Amino acid sequence: MIRTVTIFVALLALIGPVKAAEDVVAIVGGRIHTLGPEGTIERGTVVIEGNRIVAVGEKIRVPVGATIIDAAGKEVTPGLFDAHSYFGVEEISLVETTVDRYQMGTHLTAGFDIADAINPDSTLIPVNRIEGVTRAAVAPSSTEGSAVLVGRGAVIHLGGGDDFITDRHAAMYAVLGEGGGALAGGSRAAALLALREALEDAQDWTAHRDEYDSRQRRGYVASRPDLEALAPLLAGRIPLIASVNRASDIEAAIRLADEFRLRLVVLGGSEAWKVAPQLAAAQVAVMLDPLANLPASFDRLGATLENAARLQRAGVSVAFVSSDGHNARNLTQSAGNAVAHGMDYDEALRAITVNPARIFGIDRSYGTLQPGKLADVVVWSGDPLEVTSFADQVVIEGRIIPMTSRSTLLRDRYRTLDKAMRPGYR
Amino acid sequence: MYTARLSGAFLILLLAACGGEPHDEATQASSYASTYTPAATEAVAIVNATALTGTGERIDAATIVMMDGRINAVGADLAPPRGAIVVDAAGKWVTPGIIDVHSHLGVYPSPSVAAHSDGNEMVDPNTAQVWAEHAVWPQDPGFALALAGGVTTLQVLPGSANLFGGRSVTLKNVSSRTMQGMKFPGAPYGLKMACGENPKRVYGTGKGSAPMTRMGNVAGYRDAWIKAAAYQKKWETFAENGGEEPERDLQLETLAGVLDGEILVHNHCYRADEMAVMLDVAREFGYQVTAFHHAVEAYKIADLLAESGTCAAVWADWWGFKVEAFDAVRENAAMVDAAGACAIVHSDSDTGIQRLNQETAKIMASARRSGWEVTPERAIVWITANAAAALGVGDQTGTLEAGKMADVVIWDGNPFSVYARAEQVYIDGLLTFDRSDPEIAPQSDFMLGLDVEGGSGQ
Repeated sequence: MIRTVTIFVALLALIGPVKAAEDVVAIVGGRIHTLGPEGTIERGTVVIEGNRIVAVGEKIRVPVGATIIDAAGKEVTPGLFDAHSYFGVEEISLVETTVDRYQMGTHLTAGFDIADAINPDSTLIPVNRIEGVTRAAVAPSSTEGSAVLVGRGAVIHLGGGDDFITDRHAAMYAVLGEGGGALAGGSRAAALLALREALEDAQDWTAHRDEYDSRQRRGYVASRPDLEALAPLLAGRIPLIASVNRASDIEAAIRLADEFRLRLVVLGGSEAWKVAPQLAAAQVAVMLDPLANLPASFDRLGATLENAARLQRAGVSVAFVSSDGHNARNLTQSAGNAVAHGMDYDEALRAITVNPARIFGIDRSYGTLQPGKLADVVVWSGDPLEVTSFADQVVIEGRIIPMTSRSTLLRDRYRTLDKAMRPGYR
Repeated sequence: MYTARLSGAFLILLLAACGGEPHDEATQASSYASTYTPAATEAVAIVNATALTGTGERIDAATIVMMDGRINAVGADLAPPRGAIVVDAAGKWVTPGIIDVHSHLGVYPSPSVAAHSDGNEMVDPNTAQVWAEHAVWPQDPGFALALAGGVTTLQVLPGSANLFGGRSVTLKNVSSRTMQGMKFPGAPYGLKMACGENPKRVYGTGKGSAPMTRMGNVAGYRDAWIKAAAYQKKWETFAENGGEEPERDLQLETLAGVLDGEILVHNHCYRADEMAVMLDVAREFGYQVTAFHHAVEAYKIADLLAESGTCAAVWADWWGFKVEAFDAVRENAAMVDAAGACAIVHSDSDTGIQRLNQETAKIMASARRSGWEVTPERAIVWITANAAAALGVGDQTGTLEAGKMADVVIWDGNPFSVYARAEQVYIDGLLTFDRSDPEIAPQSDFMLGLDVEGGSGQ
């Protein structure tokens, strides 16, 4: 790949400065965490053309006319991926009209399609992308809805534009454990029963669709939109992301997933470390908040700051979540703390880039700095996981992102409280 | 409450001859007094440390000597006193114990189930009569986790549903069977007040009663202060002239304590314009707002805060969870500090309290990046000395100065790094947490036998 690019660059040089170079960006001289087979390159260059990375390495010639981003003394990573967010579906948490994360009133909301609600003009997006978050899963709420099967989540990038939703139906969400029990009628067993019943309906429907349409099939608890939404889950095309924390509930979820051959992902997983071997054997990934170390509920008595490290050592794929949106930007701090509590550094970086990409099935196009990947790239002032480091420049799908947000504008407006300011700001 | 007890006793002595005997303030103070007494400790000298003293100074190759529960000496290259336990802190950093001015540990403990929910007496907009200390559960597992984050002192407040939420209590982060065994000796009480959305949501929207609006909020404060002033006067008259002893009123007693200057006002207030109004209310009734908490917009009125001597206690980056939290900027605390006002970083969170050093680091770094000069020796003041001052214990703790309580943290690196962890925590000179020796750290009764090997915590 690199060779091809060199030839391309040589060609460019032959024909002189051309228009094509206008959308060529070269990030030069940084310490590059490729998170791919090339590992970490101590001093290298990333070349972006259009929306793709075309070259990464130590000895890359910078194309003539490329926009140069000087990264000398800086660090370069893929853009960050928040595996569980509410970007675009929750603007101000306590203003209900700005919150579109759940559906109330029915027992099953599997067909709930959050993609239809996402607002790419949310103020949360600039605030977080200027700090390195370039991609996110937008998930239905696991705590506020009325159903055990909550609905479908989407994957977006934070670069704006018409194409910001990259996968409308990226995952199905469910609530098990104490939360699921409360929704299903009391017991956590009832939550599993509700899930099983809906899945069996969907299995039957998938096999006998025509009879269902001609009303020659038994009735289902699941509605037609629910059945349609569950079909790709049963086909293994999307994962079931189950919000579950207690070890025994995680085991129950693994059994259910095995029974229906679902691709299970654990969300929360406070006690996942206790069942790490089972998770590893079943190849179940865990999406977690590494800072959640309090015994905040009776499902989470085993919470520990070492959860991520223990899972990683056991061979479980780990992704970090903000379960937020306003402060998804703190993913780096979460990952840094995971490292401080025993996690391998590169694995912590993977937990906010390529691991979530794998969960949502986009790792072929994003998550590492390799030629051919979408150009989500962040240049950091220093160690990306350090609380005193900042994103100096963010690139999303090749677009250089303006490093301003509503928050930076407010800061600059009130930079001085000089009485000489215009009336209104005195 | 040394000050109150002394002044109460003094009044009794002075006035017993001519006036009435005021209701027994001294009895109240001693009934609810702290029972915490620091353990006897051996002298400890921490040597070769990088010290951030909390006074704005950084001392390299510092020696910190602790003796009889107090800091005995701090300086570069001091020789440790003979017989002292010497702790080599080469490559390590030492700070005063971290102080959180806004916590609900103990009143909203873990697990956070309804049975444990004791932080908001949500039945009336004025519940100045309730005291947080009467609900503090000393077995909250969160205390030990906060200790692992270097927190040695914390103020536990009632919640923010009410205009007047009740009295706060300042605790030392020591393990005890009782709240009294944690209570910071001599610390003044605080009064939790709340501006803005919460009271009007809980009462107006929630219960259809006053306050329905921010207008109603302010009318509610003023009405209460008028009554408190009358109550205060009644007791003063009684003390001077005798006669029939006025009836005690717990609610007004707390408010009168504020007017007497004995109870400090901690006012939850997000918006700049609302803080300015609250300063007016304080002026009308002659009390001081010690600190605005959650002061998301403090940066907009940093000059007013400097003028009134009011602290702004803030988060590093919380925003957007309600309208009044929409205008957050990362640099808030630094902008307040730069304007000459008192900046504090607080948590209001059982997870955030474990990493106040990191929260401060984020503010420091954002500010530096945006053009404000903030050094680590300056930033540490926001979670030590300024916090101590706002709790009225600034003469006791919050800095590494001779004579102060020996509340000291040894960090395994620069505390403003994400990788730094508190290695040892001393409270009144006693080694209370040691990362290399789990036996030393307190463990809540609650966590015993729950099969969480290596769980709950570090």
